[in-house]
Formats: sequence, structure tokens, C-alpha cells
Amino acid sequence: MMTTRTAEIWVGIFVAAGLAALFMLAMKVSNLSSYTSGGGYDVIARFDDASGLKVRSPVTMAGVTLGRVSQIGFDPKTYQAVVTMRIESRYNKLPDGTSANIYTAGLLGEKYIGLLPGPASNPCQDEKLQAQLEGRKPDLKGLKCGPQYLKQGSVIKLTQGSLILEKLIAQFISKFMDKSDDKKQGK
Amino acid sequence: MNIVDPVARLGRSGLDFFQRLGRAHILFFNILSGLHTLLLRFGLVIQQVYSVGVLSLLIILVSGLFVGMVLGLQGYNTLVDFGAAESLGVVVSLSLVRELGPVVTALLFAGRAGSALTAEIGLMKATEQLSAMEMMAVDPIRRVLAPRFLAGVISMPLLAAIFSAVGVIGGYFVGVGLLGVDSGAYWSQMQAKVGLYDDVMNGVIKSLVFGVVVTWIAVFEGYDAVPTSEGVSRATTRTVVHSALAILGLDFILTALMFGAY
Repeated sequence: MMTTRTAEIWVGIFVAAGLAALFMLAMKVSNLSSYTSGGGYDVIARFDDASGLKVRSPVTMAGVTLGRVSQIGFDPKTYQAVVTMRIESRYNKLPDGTSANIYTAGLLGEKYIGLLPGPASNPCQDEKLQAQLEGRKPDLKGLKCGPQYLKQGSVIKLTQGSLILEKLIAQFISKFMDKSDDKKQGK
Repeated sequence: MNIVDPVARLGRSGLDFFQRLGRAHILFFNILSGLHTLLLRFGLVIQQVYSVGVLSLLIILVSGLFVGMVLGLQGYNTLVDFGAAESLGVVVSLSLVRELGPVVTALLFAGRAGSALTAEIGLMKATEQLSAMEMMAVDPIRRVLAPRFLAGVISMPLLAAIFSAVGVIGGYFVGVGLLGVDSGAYWSQMQAKVGLYDDVMNGVIKSLVFGVVVTWIAVFEGYDAVPTSEGVSRATTRTVVHSALAILGLDFILTALMFGAY
């Protein structure tokens, strides 16, 4: 018969090993280390084609994940996909001229959104220049000064949707056919 | 009379089934209502965690290692055709964390610990130890069944976690050590694709459910066994068979709920 003390020690080791295994699964195996704590702001982009994009797809800039897709909806007026992205709050200096493209990781990999930094607009500055050209006093009422960054609820205007492989091949084939037709006619 | 006999037999077996089901549920709620008294005597639970969990460690460690190694070999052979051998870590870890970890652990647990629980309790009943306890105004459900039940529920998720972790390491040995997959790719692809909540936590929930079900079946079969040597042996067999069926059936339902389209 095992004494109580030995049994207790073994149970202690067992529980510790189990918790260590869980910890290892959480830290080493899963993506906890790259998990965001939910803080961040939502940015909206409209795409003509968002096929292959999924909720929780990564949103990257320069190859670094800045956030994730939080929602994909459909706008029945413009027939576009409305993609809401949650960007981590520490990346709060993205210029509002940033453009969003849907890319594919690898040849057959998952779709992700790649952000390309663009110029930050500055309504205040624009108005001043405009006024200077027209020779009037700048009217800065209600205008924001300083470079504008993406913030909660901003809409990214420049977008390019998913590239569909079939479409590309079809375009390529039709171009190719046109060329060969031209050659024949030229001869 | 002769014509009615088969119908009567069918009715009796149906009634028997539902009576057993009812008794199982009454026992389940009795155990649950007795759990809080265990806080005062946690030593009983520790004693049972030792016999249910610690003694199952060896079989879990060895089978986890080998399952992971086989996954590494099989996954590599398939993936290398697509030039995607770097995804080996994802294949190994996802199949272990989501499915094989909880399910295989639960099957082994039913065979190793569940059968032992049933045999022990059944024999206690056959030798009238449980009746003796009742004579001394000791509730056998609280004194004997509840600690074993709680021990099973505690041990099962821990065993499943150990199984998955050891399996991932086994896959690493084969994939990286033997077959030459890049070590960094093995871990980084895994970390990129395995979600903490979607995959790891769902695996833990699965193993917890299996732990409850397997221990419940084992404890009930023992408590409900016919108090003869034959009855105990039958109850032990039933524990393993019913546990396996319940695990696989429930696994489908849980998987459909967690990863299905709903």
C-alpha cells in the first residue's frame, strides 16, 4: 500500500505536468504569443471582390500583422463587400491615404489584407493653399489641422479586391488569342 | 399468449433500458450534490487522482509519443508531394489538439481507469462493503463514488493535455530529427495556424466532457452491477464498450458544434 505522502507527491507531480502540458500547448503551439488583447480601432474598406477572405484573416502592412478582419458584410446598394478590420491601438499613426489590397499568401495560401501606406491628408493645409491661389482669406472653420490618420470608423477609399485565378487566366488567354490573331492578319 | 410474448419481451427490455437510464441520472445528481462535502476531505480525492490519473500516465505518455511520431511520418509523406512539408507542424498539432488528444486519451482512460473503477466498486458491492457502510450511516455515494468521479474529471483534461504535448514533441522528433523538416518552420507554422481558443480550448472542453462521461459510466456500472463475480465482469465490459461508444458519438456532436458550419 502506497503511503498517503507518496501518493500526494505523485499527484502533485501529475497535476504540475498536466498544467505544464497545457501551458506548452498554449504558449508554444497556439498563436497566443501573437494574440491581441482586443484593444484597437475598426477601419472599414469596400472591395469589389472579397472572395477567400475570412473573419480573423490577418491585416498586414510591410508583412507585419497589425490587426485582423473582424467582420465581412455586403452592401446591397453598391454591391460591394464591406470588410471591417480591427487594427491594434498601438498602430494608430496610419495615414488616411492608406490603400488596402487583398493578397494571397503563397500560390494556394490563405487570403489576407495588405495595407500600403499612402499620403496623409491635411484639410487645413489644403484650404490654406487653395485660399492663397484664389487670393482670399483661408476659412479654417470646422477643418482639422495636421496630418490625418486612420481612426475608429475610418473608411479606406483605395482598395483592390481578390485576384481570381480563373479571371487572370481568362484574360491572359484572350490577350494571347488576340495577339496570335494579329500575327495571322499581319502575315 | 404466444403471440404476445415477444411484444412483452420488447416492452420489458425497453422499460429496463429507461430504468437504467433513470438510475444513472439519479446517481449522477446524487454525486453532484455530494461533491461539496469533498472539500472537507480532499485527501480522498487526491488518493483517487493517484490511482486514476498518475497510474495512467505511462500508457498516455507512450501512446502520445507514438501517435505523434506516426502522425509525423504519415503527414510528411503526404505533404511532401505538395511541397508543403513545412506545414507538418500544423498537421500534427491540429490533429492532436483537436481530435486525437481528447479522443484517444479518453479511450485509453476508459480502458485503463474506467474499467478499474467499475471493477473496484462492483466488487465492493458484491462483498457487501457498500451495504456495510450504509449500516454505519456512511453514504457510499459521498464516501466512495463522489471522490472517484471528481478524480476522473480532474485527471482526464490533464492527461489529454499531456498526450497532445508529448505527441507534438514526438512529431518533432520524427519530422525534424528524422525527415529533415526545418525546425523553425515546424514551430512557426504551428503557432501561426493553431488558435488558443478555437483549437486548444475546444480540445480541453472536449476532454472535460469525455472525462465526465467516462467516469460517470464507470461509476454507475460499478454501482449498478449485479453483485456476483459474473455481474462484475459484465459491468466492467459494459463500461469499456459504452464509454467507447459515448466518446465517439459525443466527439462527432462536439466537433459539429465547435468546428461545424453552425
